[in-house]
Amino acid sequence: MELRSKEILNGMLLFSLVVAVIFGFIFEPGSEELKTAGPGILWILLVFSGNIGLARSFNREYENAMMQGLLLCPIDRSVIFPAKWIGNMIFISFELLILIPLLVILFDLPLGEHRLSLAAVLLLGVAGYSAVGTLFSTIAAHCRAREVMLPLLLFPVTVPILLAGVKASALMMTDAGLKEAVSWVKILAAVDVIFITASFLLYEHIVEE
Amino acid sequence: MKKSLVILAAFTYIGMTAALYAAFLYAPTERTMGEIQRIFYFHVPAAWVSFLAFAVVFVGGIAFLRTGKSHWDVLAYSAGEVGVFFLTLVLVTGPLWAKPVWNVFWTWDARLTTSLVLWLIFIAYLMLRSSLAGEKGARFAAVFGIIGFLDVPLVYMSIRWWRTLHPAPVLGGKSGSGLETPMLVTLMIALVGFTLLLILLLFINYKISRAEKDLELFEKEWRNGEI
Amino acid sequence: MQYKSATTHQSRPEFGIVEASNLCKSFGAARALCDVSFRIDPGEFVAVLGANGAGKTTLIRLLAGLARPSSGEIFIKGLSVRRHPSETRRAVGVMSHHIYLYDDLTAEENLRFYARMFEAPQARAETLLKEVGLWEHRRKRIRTFSRGMAQRVSLARALLHDPEILLLDEPFTGLDVYAREKFKSMLDKFLDEKRTVILTLHDIDYALEKAQRVLILRHGRLVCDRPVDRLFRTEIMETLLPSEPSLK
Repeated sequence: MELRSKEILNGMLLFSLVVAVIFGFIFEPGSEELKTAGPGILWILLVFSGNIGLARSFNREYENAMMQGLLLCPIDRSVIFPAKWIGNMIFISFELLILIPLLVILFDLPLGEHRLSLAAVLLLGVAGYSAVGTLFSTIAAHCRAREVMLPLLLFPVTVPILLAGVKASALMMTDAGLKEAVSWVKILAAVDVIFITASFLLYEHIVEE
Repeated sequence: MKKSLVILAAFTYIGMTAALYAAFLYAPTERTMGEIQRIFYFHVPAAWVSFLAFAVVFVGGIAFLRTGKSHWDVLAYSAGEVGVFFLTLVLVTGPLWAKPVWNVFWTWDARLTTSLVLWLIFIAYLMLRSSLAGEKGARFAAVFGIIGFLDVPLVYMSIRWWRTLHPAPVLGGKSGSGLETPMLVTLMIALVGFTLLLILLLFINYKISRAEKDLELFEKEWRNGEI
Repeated sequence: MQYKSATTHQSRPEFGIVEASNLCKSFGAARALCDVSFRIDPGEFVAVLGANGAGKTTLIRLLAGLARPSSGEIFIKGLSVRRHPSETRRAVGVMSHHIYLYDDLTAEENLRFYARMFEAPQARAETLLKEVGLWEHRRKRIRTFSRGMAQRVSLARALLHDPEILLLDEPFTGLDVYAREKFKSMLDKFLDEKRTVILTLHDIDYALEKAQRVLILRHGRLVCDRPVDRLFRTEIMETLLPSEPSLK
């Protein structure tokens, strides 16, 4: 639905590098500390990249009232939300896809054995986070202090996603194994379903007057 | 309108006086916690009432999105303000009680954290409201209020899995948390008193918000030379 | 539901190409439009005048389907805008002071994007870029364009799907002299093509010269709807004049 420009990609790569360097200052590579903080780091990255992705999305919408431009098109309005949501999801996942390997290579970030399930959990987190994020970024786009408003709206509401996500991935990354993590994944999935449905249903009300 | 307000105010006065009397004079002093436990008769009703107020935000938001009638929006917003007020009360009385009993002001337990997150959500709600005027602001706030309220059980459930220090729900019927009858009666009186107070505040706040809106409009029209 | 209104359409051939009935747009006690009704026939060139805040932009937004009326209904080609959003949107091209273009995409990319959305042939983007005189700038991003150039791309965008009705919200605002003249000549062309044009503007002389009909809004009410040859300049001035603030 949207074409992406090169600057954003460059910006993303640079951003990833900066984040990696910052983590390098904070944690001793390969240390015990890093092991315990590992799951937390992953989800902080998600929040970071999420915010960048969503800010990009709402700036685009805001410039030249592009959202209204889309509304002028003879497309079903209910496709706008899924399109934006999936766009944001792809963007955030892509960014994580660069960031996480970078951290693993540079700092020996311990991911544990269940990498595939870990990726799946992160993806679940991204799905829910970007659903509410898509909704709130459109809201924030109309506010005076847009950049401040988005995290202010988004963070408290997404607490359940982050909590369940961190717990699930923490269990996966240690030797505790998958069994314990399953219940957290279930919670995460349930939260996702509620957020996605609610955002989808409510989106119509914020694009139209 | 004025008459109903007076009657409501009178009932609230009686209810709150009764609650004060019951909390300080009627209810027996708790054996282990001592006098400080009396805070309970304010803490719990305030929490209950703030939750009720946020439910009004939720319902008002849905009704507004469905009908587009601005009085629903005014109601939701008034409820948001009153709810934040009561929740602030909860967050202040909580630590006062917790310090002597748990020996800490704050713990990251389920209900405490949920209240804090809830408080943050509705502070954001009020901020969103103040930064966006008119119909757009009303619609956006309604959407946010609905999501915010839906979020409450989710936050609570997700945090609850951590072990909790907080006393088990008093009225949930779990053994070990039961109250003596006079205490229960006091709590009930306080609940009624606080609920009446909520309705009164909501009523007054609703009136004020409406008046504010009308005034704004009048000013605008006057400046445009319409009147 | 669709079937039902299709029959309504057939049974009411007297419908104009654009018809508004008892339009209101209000929020609380604030009202932007109040009980506005009119009927516009195919090929008419209609100017909407009014002081700032009289409801001109709101009217265009309602006609474009960007906002929903609090009450009343709009029919475009006999179809209700509320019930047939896609069909009616296909029939109108909209231009306002927002250009509705992505800053980071080139002129050509923007038009191709919209062509895809409207299911218009991609070649149409090419033709229109040439028509608005920006063919050699097609590879440049909108961000680098001047206001006048961007507005011309926006006009091309509005014309992509060859709409029968054009809604123009103050198309001359913020344009330099050259762009303004260019625009006026394009409007003349629409006139020749017998497109229905509804435009809001501040330029009374232009309205009197070109438009066939003038609608005047005042505080959200339609106070005048007359063919231009039965309208005098002083009369318009009177309705546009804001009354002095005074207390009741």
